[in-house]
Amino acid sequence: MSTITKLLMEIEATSAEAVVRDAIEKAKADTHNTTINLAQARALERARQVDAGEVAGKLAGVPFMAKDNFLSYGTSTTAASKFLETFDAPLQATAIEKLEAEGAICIGKVNLDAFAHGGSTENSAYGVTKNAVDATRVAGGSSGGSAVAVARGIVPFALGTDTGGSIRQPASFNGVVGMKPTYGMVSRYGVVAMASGTDTVGVLASTIEDAELVMGILAGKDVHDMTTLPDYFAPVDTPKGKKLGLIKEFMADGVSKEVKSCIRAAVQSYEAKGYEVEEVSIPMLKYALAIYYIVVPAEISSNLARYDGVRYGAQRGADGALSDVYELSRQAGFMAENKRRIIIGSYVLSSGFFDAYYQKAQKARTLLIREFNQLFETYDALIGPVAPSPAFKIGDNTSDPLKMYLEDVMTVPASLAGLPAVSVPIGSDKDGLPVGLQIIGARQGDADILAIASDMEIDING
Amino acid sequence: MASREILDTYEMTIGIECHVQLATKTKLFSRADNDARDAEPNSKVVPIDYGLPGMLPVLNWEAVRLAVRAGKALGSDIALRSHFDRKHYFYPDLPKGYQTTQMYEPIIGAGLVEAPLEDGATVDVRIHHAHMEEDAGKLSHFDSYSLVDLNRAGTPLIEIVSEPDIHSAAGARAYATELYRRMTYAGVTHGDLYHGNMRFDVNISVAKKGATELGTRAEIKNLNSFRSVERAAEYEFNRQVELLEKGETVVQETRGWNDDKQITTSQRSKEDAQDYRYMPDPDIPPIMLTPEEVSEIQADFPKLPNEYRESWRELTLDSSVVNTILDNQSVAHVLDELMQQAGDNETTRRAFNWFASVQADDIDIVAVQSGIVSVERLAQLSQMVGEGKLSSTGGKEVFLALFDDTQKDMSPAEIAEKKNLLQVSDEGAIAAVVDEVLADPASAKAIADIKAGNDKAIGYLVGQIMKKSAGKANPAMAQKLIRERL
Repeated sequence: MSTITKLLMEIEATSAEAVVRDAIEKAKADTHNTTINLAQARALERARQVDAGEVAGKLAGVPFMAKDNFLSYGTSTTAASKFLETFDAPLQATAIEKLEAEGAICIGKVNLDAFAHGGSTENSAYGVTKNAVDATRVAGGSSGGSAVAVARGIVPFALGTDTGGSIRQPASFNGVVGMKPTYGMVSRYGVVAMASGTDTVGVLASTIEDAELVMGILAGKDVHDMTTLPDYFAPVDTPKGKKLGLIKEFMADGVSKEVKSCIRAAVQSYEAKGYEVEEVSIPMLKYALAIYYIVVPAEISSNLARYDGVRYGAQRGADGALSDVYELSRQAGFMAENKRRIIIGSYVLSSGFFDAYYQKAQKARTLLIREFNQLFETYDALIGPVAPSPAFKIGDNTSDPLKMYLEDVMTVPASLAGLPAVSVPIGSDKDGLPVGLQIIGARQGDADILAIASDMEIDING
Repeated sequence: MASREILDTYEMTIGIECHVQLATKTKLFSRADNDARDAEPNSKVVPIDYGLPGMLPVLNWEAVRLAVRAGKALGSDIALRSHFDRKHYFYPDLPKGYQTTQMYEPIIGAGLVEAPLEDGATVDVRIHHAHMEEDAGKLSHFDSYSLVDLNRAGTPLIEIVSEPDIHSAAGARAYATELYRRMTYAGVTHGDLYHGNMRFDVNISVAKKGATELGTRAEIKNLNSFRSVERAAEYEFNRQVELLEKGETVVQETRGWNDDKQITTSQRSKEDAQDYRYMPDPDIPPIMLTPEEVSEIQADFPKLPNEYRESWRELTLDSSVVNTILDNQSVAHVLDELMQQAGDNETTRRAFNWFASVQADDIDIVAVQSGIVSVERLAQLSQMVGEGKLSSTGGKEVFLALFDDTQKDMSPAEIAEKKNLLQVSDEGAIAAVVDEVLADPASAKAIADIKAGNDKAIGYLVGQIMKKSAGKANPAMAQKLIRERL
């Protein structure tokens, strides 16, 4: 039974207010620095409306949390930055609106790497979020707070964003399901932009069924986001086909032995269920990280240009010259990782370098997409690890940005190609740290990969 | 000032970038009202225009339609695929830190505008391309602070970029004026110059006549009248020639036009030039059009000024008359209809001259547009003058009365009658007056003069006849009768 179904029964037996209050108490008692701000008053008010029958829907009274880069009512939207510390959104993200229209209740906002830049939730202005299983380790990121909130049972699901792995990797690190949809399946409206061309809105949940239910609500065309697709998402019980490709490059030397053995076990269990699994190669993958760290910082430098201290957010240097306002506001408002990406992005877009970096990276990206497409002519989904190793120790990678970027090597390819990908828990290493399996689908094959993931989930959950 | 002789050894080369504000109801990427004229600062602003986190652009299709029509007015092909890019720079009037424009794939391709000069010659100016973009906001500077008004931020513009085909200040003015006519005729813009609906950036360089290479150019930004385009080009030509004559060099820079002092002043040199870090905008899918869609959008296209000129060529009108008439599309339209219906150029020409001779302020355009000053009434009136039923002075008076809403149901003949302007062409009636005047002793001297061969004296006699007939006698007939009698 899905966690949401259980909660709906509990709401029926008690009240939405009791269930929401319980979730809020859990969030407050949490010791992993999961939450940035709670929207307690508004959440309880909405719970009472559900109890009074004024609000109804598929998720009536079900509490959830949102990564703090979703604009929402009831509390500030900080994007884990100092810049937006007191920013109260005048409107809500489409994703939040759609969930609220089904009666779901946002109890608060969870931690992330500031502006979603990072893979560990260590780059937050509000402290590090700790791994749900081992508090000395990172939660992963940038949707670390969302993963931990679900893993520690505060809420049955949480909204996240995935630009290069920010849903899948923390899901894998904390032992929950993380779904990144096809680019364009879910509206980005009202989500603080990181890299517009690869940003996706998805969900972290305790079960595939929960994820399916939520994705079904989130999916669809939004008049506020020109890149959204008409709603095509329809959950299926069995996938269209059962031919899987195990990505050879994802099983190379840099990947830990224990992760590899978890993946091999998963392959065997798929084969036992009648799946056919073959090793496949995507030669362009060796360029994926390089492409990603050119295209994405370029878009980041552009999307963060609006944080200038003139119209909203923390303003510094107002007594000085205009350049002081810009320099001091941005200096204080951004974290080191934000600045690093702004600098890289500004560099690759600058006159004389645009062709050499950005244009070339986009061409390489096209070739990568072509290789993916060719494989999907034969295979129903591609599988492999989510990250080279389970959650690393807090602080281990902070001094070496390049090492941190290498963590993304298996998640960025699907992002660059706009493909749906899900991380599903498949086991743990000798220290009990969760390991996830990544299932990448063809464009708009979202429902299919969830069905394939569901076959694996039944296996491990018994 | 360099002397005329020295100036004559140089040639100026001018290219013009023209920003045209599109006449859409809402902004390019938001639902905010696009008419910011006289509005409270920041009252026409929604979160998208404000650059709020998480906001995304939603392309206004009406702006695309107007751009496609503008393309036709420029004689350009429309790109079936065009795309928006981001142009980055930091300034308080630019809420997103970038302007959304079309750097790499503009919607309007190469075209040609033939701009008529006063003397009837034309300057052919090739259009390099034109692209869509959003306007920035407006800053007001005070002693210790500046204020930002974002009402105009996000207003849809097209920027028309010409080739450097213009070689005189008058040519620059003629091109700017012709662009204005074409854009307003096509209904692309309201053309309110006072509110900056069309703004010109003039790029100008000078070189010795016959030189193979162009000189270093300066760009004079933000000119909002045809006159300032011409004056700024003139001033700049002089300034640059003077520099070169002194052995100095022209600096590549942006200059502003000081309208009070009628001079250009340096604003920004090339060394301060920004690196705009252009990047395709990932939030806006490419604009994809089919040839059928382009034809559909360009259907029902009004006749353009150059097409009117072509049709009117046989009227052999003075070019100043043609240009005055073309300043108003409704008038041009009515006169063009008249030409086709009248079938006689003299009738048409007379109406052209009436319109051209009255001050622009005297013409009630609403009356023309509403059809009060119809082709039929104009034709009737002009024919009455042609037939001598009205004097040319009387004709003009009735012409002005055609604009009067209270007399809109009256024919020109009825108006002339009511105003007592009808000429008497009845020979018998006029003959009686002629006889009376000739019999008057005061006429004796004139009669003697005429007989002595001084033909001019007949004017006095005709004047007396007009006076006696209260202006109603047909002067041509009066003259004829005088000659018969003498």
